[in-house]
Amino acid sequence: MRINNKYQILLIGIIAILFGSCRKAPTVIPEQGETAFPPNPSGIVKGLYVLNEGNMNMNKASLDYVDLRAGTYRRNIYNQANPEVVKGLGDVGNDIGIYGSKMYVVVNVSNKLEILDVKTAKKIKQIDITNCRYVTFHNGKAYVSAYLGKVGDPNAPNGNISEIDTVSLQVQRKVEVGRQPEEMAIVGEKLYIANSGGYSPPNYERTVSVIDLNSFTESKRIDVAINLDRLKADRYGDLYVTSRGDYYNIPSKLFVIDTKTDQIKKTFDIAASNIWIDDDIAYIYATEWSYIQQKNTITYSMINIKDETLMNKKFITDGTDVQVKIPYGIIVDPLTKDVYVSDAKDYVTPGTLYCFDSSGKKKWSVITGDIPAHFAFVY
Amino acid sequence: MIKIIGVLLNIRFYVAFASALGIGIILPNISLAQIDTAKVRLLHEVKVSGKKASVRNTSSTPTQVISGEALQRLNSFSVADALRYFSGVQLKDYGGIGGLKTVNVRSMGTNQTSVFYDGIQMGNAQNGQVDLGRFSLDNMEEVALYNGQKANIFQPAKSFSATSTIYLQTRKPQFADGRSSNIRLGLKAGSFGLVNPSFLYEQKILDRTSVSLSTEWVNADGQYRYRERNGTFDTTIVRTNTDLNAYRIEAGLNGTLKDSASWTLKAYGYSSERGLPGAVVSNKYDFTQRQWDRNIFVQGHFETAESKGYALMINAKYANDYMRYLDPDFVTLDGFLDNRYHQQEIYASAANRYRILPVWNVSFSADYQWNKLNANLYRFPYPTRQTVLAALASEFKLDNFNLQASLLGTFVFDKVREYTSAGNKQEFTPTVMAGYYPFGSKDFMLRAFYKNIFRLPTFNDLYYTFIGNSLLRPEFTNQYDFGATYNIQPLNTALTSISIQADLYYNQVKDKIVAIPSSNLYRWTMYNIGKVAVKGAEVNIQSAWAIAAQLSLNAGLSYSYQQARDVTEGDIYPYNIPYIPLHSGSLILGADWKKFELNYSYIYAGERYNQISTSQSAVYNRMDPWYTHDVGLGYHLDLFGRKAKINLEINNIFNQARWIIANFPMPMRFYRFKFNYTI
Repeated sequence: MRINNKYQILLIGIIAILFGSCRKAPTVIPEQGETAFPPNPSGIVKGLYVLNEGNMNMNKASLDYVDLRAGTYRRNIYNQANPEVVKGLGDVGNDIGIYGSKMYVVVNVSNKLEILDVKTAKKIKQIDITNCRYVTFHNGKAYVSAYLGKVGDPNAPNGNISEIDTVSLQVQRKVEVGRQPEEMAIVGEKLYIANSGGYSPPNYERTVSVIDLNSFTESKRIDVAINLDRLKADRYGDLYVTSRGDYYNIPSKLFVIDTKTDQIKKTFDIAASNIWIDDDIAYIYATEWSYIQQKNTITYSMINIKDETLMNKKFITDGTDVQVKIPYGIIVDPLTKDVYVSDAKDYVTPGTLYCFDSSGKKKWSVITGDIPAHFAFVY
Repeated sequence: MIKIIGVLLNIRFYVAFASALGIGIILPNISLAQIDTAKVRLLHEVKVSGKKASVRNTSSTPTQVISGEALQRLNSFSVADALRYFSGVQLKDYGGIGGLKTVNVRSMGTNQTSVFYDGIQMGNAQNGQVDLGRFSLDNMEEVALYNGQKANIFQPAKSFSATSTIYLQTRKPQFADGRSSNIRLGLKAGSFGLVNPSFLYEQKILDRTSVSLSTEWVNADGQYRYRERNGTFDTTIVRTNTDLNAYRIEAGLNGTLKDSASWTLKAYGYSSERGLPGAVVSNKYDFTQRQWDRNIFVQGHFETAESKGYALMINAKYANDYMRYLDPDFVTLDGFLDNRYHQQEIYASAANRYRILPVWNVSFSADYQWNKLNANLYRFPYPTRQTVLAALASEFKLDNFNLQASLLGTFVFDKVREYTSAGNKQEFTPTVMAGYYPFGSKDFMLRAFYKNIFRLPTFNDLYYTFIGNSLLRPEFTNQYDFGATYNIQPLNTALTSISIQADLYYNQVKDKIVAIPSSNLYRWTMYNIGKVAVKGAEVNIQSAWAIAAQLSLNAGLSYSYQQARDVTEGDIYPYNIPYIPLHSGSLILGADWKKFELNYSYIYAGERYNQISTSQSAVYNRMDPWYTHDVGLGYHLDLFGRKAKINLEINNIFNQARWIIANFPMPMRFYRFKFNYTI
């Protein structure tokens, strides 16, 4: 059999493909950067961390950073800052908070609380907390809610709260609360937790747990509504609590609890998925799912928390809200009153972060990681 | 692409390729081959010749077959492993011995492929997925893949109803002269703590009737090591909660009547318990979820010989499936999440063929199917579905040209005990296929087919609590294929046969059923939102060689090019849809020398993306190509005057860490020992 030159070359090529096959040497997941808006060197707030949840089971939770003075956006900074962490930040970043010089990232499916340096995003410590959900701070302590207090016990459906000392970074105390606790807030020396009971529909929880921070015991439960989720405190000693309803016949609602009496003082018949309180205004969006209609209804609202009235005003006024497919996170700059809203879009492609000025006009937007959801300002 | 096909079609190239590998060329009992489906129909059974490539291909839909001895000697454990060698097939393998294994043919989605077991569809009304990892190759005679449908009009209407079809044909008893029984004992053992004894018994009980029993037990701890690294960290982890314990028992009765009508009856039982290892994400390497399955079915087949131009085929089946899923990480008020699903299916089909003229056949088949799903879920609607399928088909066959056309009518009636039903649906879908021999000889054929078909939303898609969407429409596909086949059996050369198939195709998927989180990441719902466009090309080459008196070789090569794009909102994503590589292929080489056989196989899948990718996210979604080099050595021996065979397999010989599905690691190098003894 004669072998023609041309074929020899082709043949070598094919063998090279068979055995070489272009696998790249394993590398650290790279950071991306871009300029998002004009620099503002005199800005008071330095920056904003954006935690992207990442689709479940994809291990794609990621951390982005907006340099509010330089006008730059840095995407996916965790891996280059911490190349030694096996499989990186993890699966489903569920909350982020900054306290002092440390940043606390709650990674739900990865069952961990990551404690990072605020300046460098370098990892300081990891605390394993199974099925952790939210973090909040008070008096040198971090409090983390978790869906299940005990693992592997069929008779222990309740969740718990861990108290972590922010200096020693050790878990000091734990307390059992309701089933599948979500967001928390602190008023005085009391910790309030929204219990959802989401694992046992239709037997949802319908209470807010109240923890006395001195004894770290549950002192009472306040009956509110089924399937509670978000909980924020205002500066008048009131709590704003959202109920997700049952997605069928019971709609989502917003409740105001007076912590002096631990009673519901007002009910807003509006859907609320997320709430951010700044000064005297509560900024609210809702992505309310109905199984009956098989669709989401998206709404935006603002509440004057001083007199507890719905405002006749929107925080997006230039029509950009039409472009936002699934609003998924919100935070307000306490100084400029700029409103940041993130769009999770279809959950599997990168989201968008929008910045609106106080009149509701879009200032800029930038592409984020997958499912941008949680924020923390750096001062 | 045209250029590449042109080159590959050149036989001299192929000869050069093979000889330069320094091994002459390969595979005796070849059979990534094509079967003349018309011939199959007439013989009622697939006979793959012993030492010669089965090369003739007259199918006007692309057809790939592995059968007989070739199937047994592949480095494979289950049907899923064997399907990896086919072009256009992407195996979705979640890793390990008990991990889910499904296939996606020509990028149109797993649920678009139907699996037929001895001619009757294996249903899963709940989720549409058939786990091909559960079908043992132990008693399998043939594994075949047809793009579109079998180029045969005399079939149940079900056979017309899928985008592509996989046929699994179990062994039918055959008795050597003077014998009335066969007994085969088998044992497989190896890595993952695998122990897999099997037993096959076949007995002739009457002149034209035989009975068979096939059973096996698979037990494995399933554990394997895998490696995670990024250039800074480099760690080896053991995959756990991977145990599997499964039993299979199958009993069959086969017979023929005096007028050469044939019938079979089969009872099948499968029972298993397994650990379900989940996605390996940061800080989460151990899992507690478990699954139990129990599948039982009985099915029968009857087919008359043709009489006065008329033939009749009857098929019937009853299936009863149970599945239990336990999640100790999910504690409800009633304890651990413990879901139980119970499905039943009744199926009956009659197919009629009438020969109007010697060159013109028509057929009409009508199928009825009833499915029911019960589950202990909150707000579960308890759905029942009745499906009537009617197919009218015609075949026109001249010496150098044949044309087939069929029209399938599908009528679906869903009922629910509670909540909202998806209601009734009816669809009519056509298929046209043609084959043309431009040079008169059957060795070179041009072929083309068009098929319009859909898949129904499954019970999970429609009714699963919190996930199901009863407003879903069927997911439609359009397939266009144009190809050529070329076969020669040169005389007096070392190359005894060579067969080449090449196809270009274009597929569209409309109203793709996709799960998307609804109001938040923890609540998913099904939508009809996707549109996918697939441009593809594939080539298959099979050859057989006689090098010396005692040395014969077979070689098989397949290559696929697939550009599969999400075009839901225009062509905005310049990357393939998740898990579809642009390039993929396989190579099988087999040599027989005296009582030894040596097999080598190579499977390659190019880089893929694990999510829909944009120019910004592609870098985060990209997955490395994976490939595996597998080698097997077999030896035939006589033991107490009976035939025995010993096989030793080394898989993934270069110990490559690989992922087919993101965060579901595949095993590194692993070994398997096989022993077969025929009494």
